[in-house]
Amino acid sequence: MIDIKKNDEKKVVISKKSFFKRYEWSAYFYLFPALAIILTFHVLPIFYAMVISVHSGGMTNYFKNFVGLSNFEYVITNKHFWYSMWNTVYYVLGTVPAQIFLSLFIAILLNQKIKGLEMYRVIYFLPVITSVNAISIVWKYIYQKYGVLNSFVGFLTGIPGPDWLMDTTWAMPAIIIMSIWKGLGYNVIIFLAGLQNVPPSLYDAAKIDGAGRWKTFWNVTWPMISPTTFFVMIMSTISSFQVFAQVYMMTGGGPQESTTVVIYYLYQLAYVEHKMGRASALAFILFLIIFAITYFQKKFTAKRVHYT
Amino acid sequence: MFKSVKAEEKFLGTLIHIVLIIGALTMLAPFIWMILTSFKTKFEALDSTIIFPARFIYENYIIAWTKAPFFKYLLNTVFIAISCTILQLISSSLAAYAFSHMEFYGKEWLFSALLATMMVPQQVLLVPNYFILKQLGWLNTFYALIVPWSAGFFGIFLLRQFFITLPKDLWDAARIDGCSRIKFFFKILLPLSTAPLTTIGIFTFVGNWNSFLWPLFVTNDQTYYTLQVGLSNFNQSEGTEWHLLMAASTFCVLPLLIMFFLAQKQFIQGIAHTGSKE
Repeated sequence: MIDIKKNDEKKVVISKKSFFKRYEWSAYFYLFPALAIILTFHVLPIFYAMVISVHSGGMTNYFKNFVGLSNFEYVITNKHFWYSMWNTVYYVLGTVPAQIFLSLFIAILLNQKIKGLEMYRVIYFLPVITSVNAISIVWKYIYQKYGVLNSFVGFLTGIPGPDWLMDTTWAMPAIIIMSIWKGLGYNVIIFLAGLQNVPPSLYDAAKIDGAGRWKTFWNVTWPMISPTTFFVMIMSTISSFQVFAQVYMMTGGGPQESTTVVIYYLYQLAYVEHKMGRASALAFILFLIIFAITYFQKKFTAKRVHYT
Repeated sequence: MFKSVKAEEKFLGTLIHIVLIIGALTMLAPFIWMILTSFKTKFEALDSTIIFPARFIYENYIIAWTKAPFFKYLLNTVFIAISCTILQLISSSLAAYAFSHMEFYGKEWLFSALLATMMVPQQVLLVPNYFILKQLGWLNTFYALIVPWSAGFFGIFLLRQFFITLPKDLWDAARIDGCSRIKFFFKILLPLSTAPLTTIGIFTFVGNWNSFLWPLFVTNDQTYYTLQVGLSNFNQSEGTEWHLLMAASTFCVLPLLIMFFLAQKQFIQGIAHTGSKE
């Protein structure tokens, strides 16, 4: 089926080719393995979830009753849902800005052509690569009332630390701190890559113009890495809305629901209360919320992103 | 304030190093604490003013191993992660090949549709997949843990982008020489793609290794537990046996850390790439 014709003839030939000859039908064999799996486990479930969310029932008889939108209504009018949304927003606002700021700061420091760059990168990345379950156990231990963190704080400031994970005021900040610690290295690497892509000639030009450190950062570095910052901001927000493992391992949603985030609430609905319909409804609501937030984030900041 | 520009730069350089070192110590401190405590007695572990154990008690590890089948968990996790990675590399590269080198009906539409599905968070898929797996009879088997993650758009996307950057004449030249599609794929295309394949391999492997919510949902039989699920169970059953918990955590964390140390460059380059591709 090789058409070795001249270029100007080729165009005419293609338009006259039959539907069957125009396409390479063996392509579908190449697509089949991936498509089969993606369709079955990533696409079909979306529609299946829609069906489940309008029925009520437990683990075995989930198609028992058609209940229309009452699952959605249940979730939206449920105070536990709103507690979990509040907790999640608290978590996101606590982790994302701090993480962006700290990781950019560290990345800038690392970008100053200092010795031991590789070593620092590896060390900062260690928490990222560690399983969140294992490291949550370690942090739970550290956060004990008479644990090492309070000893350290007491040693430095003389103030006895709280029983972090058992205190309704401090439990969420404790989880936030741990999450910032864990995710920092990942964003450091991404920012570092972004920083290294800034052409040095711009810095030279700034130097010639007599710009000081701060002015150079604000007028050269910051705009040039804005696509990276944009990416980090969106990705961090989306992923922090889905926080679960730390809460599961360290606090079990407590004390008194102060750390029950949305996904933890979903877990409770599905795995503990076996309310699959409601859990599905909740998942869709969460999806819509994340979608909306991402949309607005993009809308409000896209103008400020400077592409080269 | 400073005698010269050089003096100022030296001061800043030192300051930068101090800040970075403090940061690095903060990153490392929990790990060090974890490892030290894993060798302590129960009472040493409960006293946070004791930093070093009087004797390095390795028996904690043995006790933890007898209380829960961590070795089995490790084998399960390794088996699942490797299987998923290999299968994903195969399925993604084949599909990406089709998207980048072949014309077929519905190509653009399919690509956009797949892209759209990636926006849906994993949690939406949890409940329905539970039922799908149940109907397939795959709950509490390795099938549930491996098959759904044997393909994904992330790999297809990265590889397609990469394949497109290769010269178009490559295939034409090979074709003229009598090379078949399959031969081209295995003998020419794949060997050229080691960089993106490594990135996808690492992401898939690590993502799978550390995956928690999914295995939690689809298994409740201890023989199929991964390290993460097994560890979370152990956490619930051991309460404040911190010395044992630290031993278990160290054991769970170590394999991936070792792999990371051996393949640092690939890890870090892979991540830097995903950030800059956006």
